[in-house]
Amino acid sequence: MSAHLPILQVILPLLAAPTCLLLGRTQLLWMFTCGVSALCAVISFQLLHTVHTSGDIIYSLGGWSAPVGIEYRIDSLNAFVLLLVTSLSTVVLCAAKQSIAKEVPESRQLYFYVAFLLCLAGLLGILCTGDAFNVFVFLEISSLSTYTLIALGRDRRALWASYQYLIMGTIGATFILIGIGLLYMITGTLNMRDLAQRLPDVEQAHTLYTGFAFFIVGVCLKLALFPLHLWLPNAYAYAPSIVTAFLAATATKVAVYVLIRFIFNVFGFDFSLSQFPLPQIWLALGIIGVFAASIVAMSQHNIKRLFAFSSVAQIGYIIMGLSLGTAAGVQAALLHVFNHALMKGAIFLAIAGLCYRLGAATMNEFKGLGKQMPWTMAAIVAGGLSLIGVPLTVGFISKWYLVLAFIEKGWWMIVPFIVIGSLLAVVYVWRLVECAYFQEADSKREAGEAPLSILLPTWILVFANIYFGVQPQFTVHATSIATLGLFGATP
Amino acid sequence: MATAIAIARVKDLFASVMLTGIYSLLSAVFFVLMDAVDVAFTEASVGAGISTILMLSTLTLTGQYEDPTRHKTRTALVVVLVTGALLIFGTADMPRFGDPQTPVQTHVGPHYLEKSYEEIHVPNVVTSVLASYRGFDTFGETVVIFAAGIGVLSLLGFSGRKEKTTISVSAPMYQHRILRVVGKVLIPPILLFALYVQFHGDFGPGGGFQAGVIFAAAIILYTMLFGRQAAEEVIKLSWVRLLAAVGVMLYGSVGLISFLNGKNFLDYSALAADAVSGQHYGILLVELGVGITVTAVMILVFFSFAGRVDKKAEENE
Repeated sequence: MSAHLPILQVILPLLAAPTCLLLGRTQLLWMFTCGVSALCAVISFQLLHTVHTSGDIIYSLGGWSAPVGIEYRIDSLNAFVLLLVTSLSTVVLCAAKQSIAKEVPESRQLYFYVAFLLCLAGLLGILCTGDAFNVFVFLEISSLSTYTLIALGRDRRALWASYQYLIMGTIGATFILIGIGLLYMITGTLNMRDLAQRLPDVEQAHTLYTGFAFFIVGVCLKLALFPLHLWLPNAYAYAPSIVTAFLAATATKVAVYVLIRFIFNVFGFDFSLSQFPLPQIWLALGIIGVFAASIVAMSQHNIKRLFAFSSVAQIGYIIMGLSLGTAAGVQAALLHVFNHALMKGAIFLAIAGLCYRLGAATMNEFKGLGKQMPWTMAAIVAGGLSLIGVPLTVGFISKWYLVLAFIEKGWWMIVPFIVIGSLLAVVYVWRLVECAYFQEADSKREAGEAPLSILLPTWILVFANIYFGVQPQFTVHATSIATLGLFGATP
Repeated sequence: MATAIAIARVKDLFASVMLTGIYSLLSAVFFVLMDAVDVAFTEASVGAGISTILMLSTLTLTGQYEDPTRHKTRTALVVVLVTGALLIFGTADMPRFGDPQTPVQTHVGPHYLEKSYEEIHVPNVVTSVLASYRGFDTFGETVVIFAAGIGVLSLLGFSGRKEKTTISVSAPMYQHRILRVVGKVLIPPILLFALYVQFHGDFGPGGGFQAGVIFAAAIILYTMLFGRQAAEEVIKLSWVRLLAAVGVMLYGSVGLISFLNGKNFLDYSALAADAVSGQHYGILLVELGVGITVTAVMILVFFSFAGRVDKKAEENE
């Protein structure tokens, strides 16, 4: 059976989704979904282990070997992201039952679990595959189910947010499809490995440039790079809290993976970063993104929106790392992908706990919360510290590696920007802290601690934040192997 | 092209829906010209058929005319122009249409054209590529349709309660006797044709996607003629929802069987002793799965809309 692990990773949640329609009761649904997700996490752990010990795994679907058929190819890069996605989805799902019961009407909870599994399967499919068109198909699965998940939010603005994302997401997906179509036109293949081999022959073709441009813009829309981020804040703010936690921790990370995969493995490093002024554009957009989004975050009243803008800023750091084009830069970006997922997972789960008790998460509600919900608030503060990049948290690790990468490349000028960006994070996190700990609650409300089923997963993530901040060997090791793989394949 | 501009200009939404139908039919003609008969078939049945019906049912909910407030069109126009310019730039040194020396014709393509008959023994190459060589993509597409159905259901839902009115408003054509009779005569041939398309996909253009859409069209026609209640007496919606899931699971379980037999996922040669007939069974089952899911989802989507129309009409009374 172990030979089939790569495909099981994807079809397990994929087939579990329709199975959900056969299960009636919500309790059963929740247990089933959790179980499937946990099983996926076990599989991905096994995959990462196999990849690290015995190299890449190739799995030909339908028994047709690539490029005639579709192949799955697991290497140290996607195995790492797989582990991230599956473990975070499991932790988030553990907290889902009570939060969803509160925020989504009974009749629609079934659809939440179905859409969640479909979304998970879509993301995992994107990660596993070694075929460019297959990426698009699974992107569609994950996007469609994400629209559904967002629209389940109880605020009617969730519908508008979902519609906005639908339009932007569809444009992004169409661009990606056009890009892949053009690549197919000039190479006659859809397999990534095969594409990489055949593309250098047609390097001068206009069609290649166009395909490249469409593809990159499409993916950047999906990962919410600064001027293309407009769909993200509303989507995060009005979706059910659990959905926000899941999306913030996984969806944009998978888009980052697609970008890295195509830049380094398909288009090839030289073509992507030396034929175009892409590094400069990315660096500029990354820095502007960090600053603009952090400044907007400071003035937000809705806490979910605040952290959504902060996510846009964090994407800025990741893109800055990629723009370096060096092994150290990519490693820093990958580290930040992992670490940011941990921070935002913890923060948004804590907010889910708040929403469970208070019904909303605005600045006003935060007054005096430090006393009323000490554990939940402590989790948010811990996540916030990590976001700033305080030593002993994961945020520090990834920013440290980012700074080192810039120094190694000799781009000293950029380092102050990173530091100032972190200071901006201090400002918006401090606003929360001040509100929660130093202001009295104005109304007499009885808000107890969040239920244990939400609090426990939150604190698991908080501990992960601290653990990987103190003991970063695992993440550093895994990301360095992944980057070695990337740069080894296309020297 | 002219149709597309007309769609953008026209203020009457009813007219623009009709124009999109024409646009789809024209695209279908283009696809035929490019020798992509299967794609043309899909475009004609989905683009010109089902989606027009769905857009019309949306219109009964929203009203016929566009909101006269001006939208910010300038940015959109710039984006569209840049995109268009890039596309034209990209096509400048694109391989010539019909050139046998293009990469598409010389790399993987020939394998499909030359080997597929001996490997899979299905005359229609498109079917063997879709269902076998790239079967996993088709599985993905089926799940996409399933996901779309789930999305619509979660937003609109359907109410299980029985309404008292005998003629529901979503049967606006009930009064027209000619339509009713003609429609009734048409429905059986349409159903039969759908089945033909479903099972004849191996030999000519056709397959699960097209068949599903045509099958659903027949049922939607019935609903429009006789009302939602009458249709719901024939088919229970919770069953349809189950069918949507069953289609996906049928496809998936074909894959699972192949790996219980020690082959890779979706390797149909594991289904029978002889590899080629295994491919046959595989493709047949898989296409059936696609057909079931597509039919079920289309019916669900239409019924959700129709349910909304009825509800709105009740509120107005």
